[in-house]
Amino acid sequence: MALQTEVVRPPEPVARPPVPTRRRRRVNGRWAGPVWGWLVILWLSTPIIVMIVFGFNNTTGKFNIRWQGFTLRNYRNVFGIQSLTDALVTSLTIAAVATAIATVLGTLVGMALGKYRFRGSGSVTLLLFANVAAPEVVLGAAMLSMFLTLNIPRGYWTIVIAHVMFSLAYVAVTVRARMVGIDPSLDEAARDLGAGPIVTFFKVTLPLIMPGVLAGALLAFALSIDDYIITSFNAGNTVTFPLYVYGASRTGVPPQVNVMGTLIFAFGVLVAIYGFISSRRQKV
Amino acid sequence: MTATTTAPPVAPPPPAAARARRRSVRMRTLAPYWLVLPGWLWLAIFFVVPIVIMLSVSTMTGNIQDGFKQTFHWSNYSDAWSQYHVQFVRSLVYGAIATALCIVIGYPVAYWIAFRGGAHKSSLLFLLLLPFFVSFVIRTSSWNFILSDNGMVVSRLKDWGWVGQNFHILQTPFAVIGGLTYNFIPFMILPIYVALERVDPALLEASADLYANKATAFLRVVLPLSIPGVFAGVLLTFVPVSSDYVNASILGGSKGTTMIGNIIQTQYFTNLNYPSAAAISFILMAILLVGVFLYARLLGTEEVLEAAGN
Repeated sequence: MALQTEVVRPPEPVARPPVPTRRRRRVNGRWAGPVWGWLVILWLSTPIIVMIVFGFNNTTGKFNIRWQGFTLRNYRNVFGIQSLTDALVTSLTIAAVATAIATVLGTLVGMALGKYRFRGSGSVTLLLFANVAAPEVVLGAAMLSMFLTLNIPRGYWTIVIAHVMFSLAYVAVTVRARMVGIDPSLDEAARDLGAGPIVTFFKVTLPLIMPGVLAGALLAFALSIDDYIITSFNAGNTVTFPLYVYGASRTGVPPQVNVMGTLIFAFGVLVAIYGFISSRRQKV
Repeated sequence: MTATTTAPPVAPPPPAAARARRRSVRMRTLAPYWLVLPGWLWLAIFFVVPIVIMLSVSTMTGNIQDGFKQTFHWSNYSDAWSQYHVQFVRSLVYGAIATALCIVIGYPVAYWIAFRGGAHKSSLLFLLLLPFFVSFVIRTSSWNFILSDNGMVVSRLKDWGWVGQNFHILQTPFAVIGGLTYNFIPFMILPIYVALERVDPALLEASADLYANKATAFLRVVLPLSIPGVFAGVLLTFVPVSSDYVNASILGGSKGTTMIGNIIQTQYFTNLNYPSAAAISFILMAILLVGVFLYARLLGTEEVLEAAGN
């Protein structure tokens, strides 16, 4: 009843005392934020815009230094440099293998930490924290010391091992965060209905923590494909995409690098937009 | 009394069922250990053991031809420090300057998005993070390309006569610190944004009702509430910045900008002096990890980790 009368009542005009000085100051403040924000966004995007634009550069020599006109040739010739293509393929397969291993191991650790209270869980958390907090140079140098001392040749598989080592903790932390929010009685309900631990895991727990697992896996993949420092210590003669770009940056980066960078960038953006849209749809 | 004592004891459950139940209880208490075991082993073998081996290598003597022998030669540490303290100090100074720049540049942006972003908050944040979908090395080498001596910026400035003919940006501390700030600023903006986003706008209205002007409201209400975000950002930025060597070698490259990461790399791959390299790595890790733990303890681990986790 009270609600109805309120709806019918016309809105009262509110008298506002004019405060001229305050309003002028507020207008200035209103401009400062967006101007600074957009300047920073511009600054952050500058090298990316340059990378994309110079992927369309009609270079004459081997190097991509001056703007010489628009062409799509570099896109047709993306795989024109064999050593660069090999480096990209190496990076992609290493990232796939390392992500698979790190996701399985990290998910198990994250489940244990998110679901159970057990003796020693604190030390596991500390181990994860130390692993994430340790400087990359030190992680790389320590692994190299071990491989040198034990006379293990470095190459493809030592890179995979290193990548699992530094991305596992990120997966574990992401999955744990998801696991904490899940009602343990769902698990018990599945058990009461006669499901064994394995069926319970695949039919109940895993679907529930799947967003966390996927986010962790994406993070692991991104970390792996982007890593330079730890890889450079443990690569031996194997060349990954970042190692190739680093080597080329001293002499001049071929336009194919710009093209591959642009394509990886576009792929990452598409995945992010897809994730963004699907998470928004889930909320609604 | 007598009735209870003389009453026959409750029949024990059949032994097989008891064993099964006991086993299932034991399985359940052991379950977290089985889950943690594989990941724990991986980290133990490829993270903890290498660091122990590196500690052992750091006190060896010898050379690459005759091999290295364990002689507990602890003066590798003092030698490393006296030889490379300039680079250690430079790395920490660059790290501090770049971290401070990240706060100064990033805080207003985080504030703008959190309080003025309105419906576009996520889009603005996405736009801000977009560049970081590109590989770290490509981003850095793109700056090298932009700022190079005959590149688009410097040659233009020379044509306009704004700078002298031997002016250059690369190979200066300015370029290296700029690159470091650029590459690590999202690790500062994100935690600050998360902290600011949690600030209830009603608190600002309340402070305005209590006659606080905008500056006072910011200093007394918003800033204290966002400090955990800044602390987390510093934690996430300072360690990778001061141990980085990619920026120093792509954008710096001259002697005056060498950071300690470059020295570690040179000792391993050019000088093949593994004990010295191990000792330097250990000093670096000790400085940074002790710093991180003191920092976390001083400011409350919970708060910093919580903010970092978000």
